[in-house]
Amino acid sequence: MTRHPWIAALFVTLLLPTAVAAQSRGSLVPPDETTVDYPLFPNPGRPRSAIPENQSSPAEQVVAGLSDNSVAITTSFDGSEILIYGAVRREVPIPDGELDVIVTIEAPSQPMTIWRKQRRFGIWVNTERVEVGAAPSYYAVASTGPLDQILLPGWDSRYRISLPQALRAFEGAPDVADAPAFTQAMVRLRQADGHFRLDEGGIELAEDTLFRADIRLPANLLEGDYKTRIFLLRDGQVIDVHRAAIEVRKVGLERWLYNLAFDQPLIYGLMSLAVAVFAGWGASAAFRKLRRA
Amino acid sequence: MQIYLPIAEVSVNAFTLMGLGGLVGVMSGLFGVGGGFLITPLLFFIGIPPTIAVATGANQVVASSVSGVLAHMKRKTVDFRMGGVLLAGGLIGSGLGVLVFNILQRLGQVELVVQLCYVVFLGLIGGMMLQESLRALRRSRQATGRRRLHQHNWVHRLPFKIKFRTSGLYISVIPPLLVGVAVGVLAAIMGVGGGFIMVPAMIYLLGMPTKVVVGTSLFQITFVTAFTTLMHAVSYNTVDVMLALLLIIGGVIGAQIGTTLGAKLRAEQLRILLALLVLAVCAKLALDLFLTPEDVYSIVTRAR
Repeated sequence: MTRHPWIAALFVTLLLPTAVAAQSRGSLVPPDETTVDYPLFPNPGRPRSAIPENQSSPAEQVVAGLSDNSVAITTSFDGSEILIYGAVRREVPIPDGELDVIVTIEAPSQPMTIWRKQRRFGIWVNTERVEVGAAPSYYAVASTGPLDQILLPGWDSRYRISLPQALRAFEGAPDVADAPAFTQAMVRLRQADGHFRLDEGGIELAEDTLFRADIRLPANLLEGDYKTRIFLLRDGQVIDVHRAAIEVRKVGLERWLYNLAFDQPLIYGLMSLAVAVFAGWGASAAFRKLRRA
Repeated sequence: MQIYLPIAEVSVNAFTLMGLGGLVGVMSGLFGVGGGFLITPLLFFIGIPPTIAVATGANQVVASSVSGVLAHMKRKTVDFRMGGVLLAGGLIGSGLGVLVFNILQRLGQVELVVQLCYVVFLGLIGGMMLQESLRALRRSRQATGRRRLHQHNWVHRLPFKIKFRTSGLYISVIPPLLVGVAVGVLAAIMGVGGGFIMVPAMIYLLGMPTKVVVGTSLFQITFVTAFTTLMHAVSYNTVDVMLALLLIIGGVIGAQIGTTLGAKLRAEQLRILLALLVLAVCAKLALDLFLTPEDVYSIVTRAR
């Protein structure tokens, strides 16, 4: 095991989905992994393949609305609460089977590096790393129940719903033996700082028709379009998806400073200096006057 | 009151930042140091990314050293020629430092090196200050002997000699130039003015009279940190002006309080206090390096 840790890692990676599938209820066969063209570890150089549209007219459809279609990052921005509400529209009587709803919000992706420290000469040094080509800077999942009970793994990997699925995009072949440990650490760290949220049971589904979800966006948000997806599931299978976007933008002073810093860095730098020089000079002048008075 | 910092892209409490600036301002007013060596590690502690903490720390030092150098220019305690030589070295060093900083960032070791630099320098300076002030405290109770103006050492045998009239020195330009380079590198890597290294070097290595040392070093620091700030802003977009402004506001108010306080306290006791404070910050940083971290994993996001 210790001599060939990558074999163990591969073993775990191969066995894990099977084990989860065996645990979950229902006898529905998930879509065949080999025919689905969404590899678990896609090459980030290639854009993600488009997710297939739903069947033309499913028996049950989800209609939903958002409390906000845009979030403005102002100077005093301190996070935001998004309310997602909706209903199930159906032309037929309520079919049998369990109905569930999953809501995800995904922030724009950014490349990141996961480092692992090791003790070298008595001090802790970053030694090993895994490059993640694109991981959402924020990802939230809310659902009507535990994901492993309401969502079949095959559908999860097709739509990339659960956290590990949403994150799987390594940059090239990871050059460490135990890449899964790094992704697990990343999920753990991101959950700890509130950038990944999993709220199983956070959605209330009333009368198999109406639902609402409250999702809190943290204060440390990146700009961009936040993709919102609302999945309607029956017996672990996705039967309808509703998509919406939340536009998160810096506004006012924040917008102006950010643009200046990146578009005109020299002017921005000179302005920062001017602020500092003026403050330094102004303060000593003001206090000299105060003392004389 | 939460404030969203546009470049750091984190939301922090404005009063925490102003308080931090104020605390460091009180220190700089009390002890006559720029405070950069305290503000940068304190910014690490509250979760500002290290690259932004270093660049913005340099910007904050500009503000505090400008007000200091103005006061010294009024008292005519700035040796402009010496300052110029130090500055020439400083600009070279600063350019080098920003380059090194960028390489370290790519290697993922920037945090480690910055922290190591802090531990080493804060430990050295804190230890020296404590020893020195304890000795001064003991000496003040005994009679004092006469000391020579300055010793002649290897520094006085180097070529390219120049007259530094304000300092009353006739020495080679090489040592001040090297001191300047060293301080410039530190300014860029650690986000500090480097006064805490330059002042001892000027007194003990160059043999400058104490009365012009502080003014001259502040003169050099103002320009080197200004240059460093510009370099960081232009090359890596890591200066957060909102963060700097909050720190500066706290800092200038704190500095005035510190100056008033300083007049009421005894100098030797003050220096012991500063030495202990420096050692405390050093110990905290050292523990982070030596103790097993809470999590051996960490995430570094890269620019999109």
